[in-house]
Amino acid sequence: MSIWEYANPKKFMQTSSWALPWVTGLAVSAIVVGLIWGFFFTPEAEGFGSTVKILYVHVPAAMMAINIWAMMLVTSLIWLIRRHHVSALAAKAAAPIGLVMTLIALFTGAIWGQPMWGTWWAWDPRLTSFLILFLFYLGYMALWEAIENPDTAADLTGVLCLVGSVFALLSRYAVNFWNQGLHQGASLSLDAEENVSDIYYFPLLISIAGFILLFVALVLLRTRTEIRSRRLRALELRERAA
Amino acid sequence: MMIELGKYATTVMSAYGVTVLLLAVIVVQSLWRSARVKRALAAQEARMEMKSNG
Repeated sequence: MSIWEYANPKKFMQTSSWALPWVTGLAVSAIVVGLIWGFFFTPEAEGFGSTVKILYVHVPAAMMAINIWAMMLVTSLIWLIRRHHVSALAAKAAAPIGLVMTLIALFTGAIWGQPMWGTWWAWDPRLTSFLILFLFYLGYMALWEAIENPDTAADLTGVLCLVGSVFALLSRYAVNFWNQGLHQGASLSLDAEENVSDIYYFPLLISIAGFILLFVALVLLRTRTEIRSRRLRALELRERAA
Repeated sequence: MMIELGKYATTVMSAYGVTVLLLAVIVVQSLWRSARVKRALAAQEARMEMKSNG
């Protein structure tokens, strides 16, 4: 069995139809458990007070904002190199979810920043690169809508995705690159010493798992819709030509 | 169950509120569009089948 089997729309529809309810159930469970644990059963943190509870929505959303663009990069490259339609449609399906995750990260960051930094917004490297990432998501979605031919739209949005990847990377590593600004370093790291303490770490991990699963569920649902929409368009054209 | 959030109650609740609202928007929009396209495709397929059957 090869992963390229799923590039076949029929195979993708069959497999996703089976997987979607399970992934949705797991996503809802993980989000509910992660957020309830984090919100109700973790203590205040020194220097942050109860605002530390914003961690459980802000960090998963920010991680997803960057990683969804990375997923779009991979699927766009598959389209550009191997011309599999499902991968182009998956990238298109993922963009609005990435846009929402970026918005959540920006809003919750501003809400958290106000009491901690005394300002809603600062032209800090990480905040600024996130704002640019948000604009790239908007531009990507607008480009899909602006071009009538779906293959041309997939080509051009694929190229835009490659360019935007620079800003997705900057969003992730801005703190390390410039080593300045208000935003602190990563809350999670492979280096255990950099991680938040265990009492916050485990509910945060569950919350992150919930956001990842929610993304998978939504991208499966939306890709299925894009495949149906493409078939509908093909049938309408065939009817008009007949 | 209600917990004591102290002077940051509004801050924390508004962060959770914005998150839930935006997630609800993307979930509802995805479900709504899925249902609309599914219906339109079923109608189109039925129309074309009727035509082909005369």
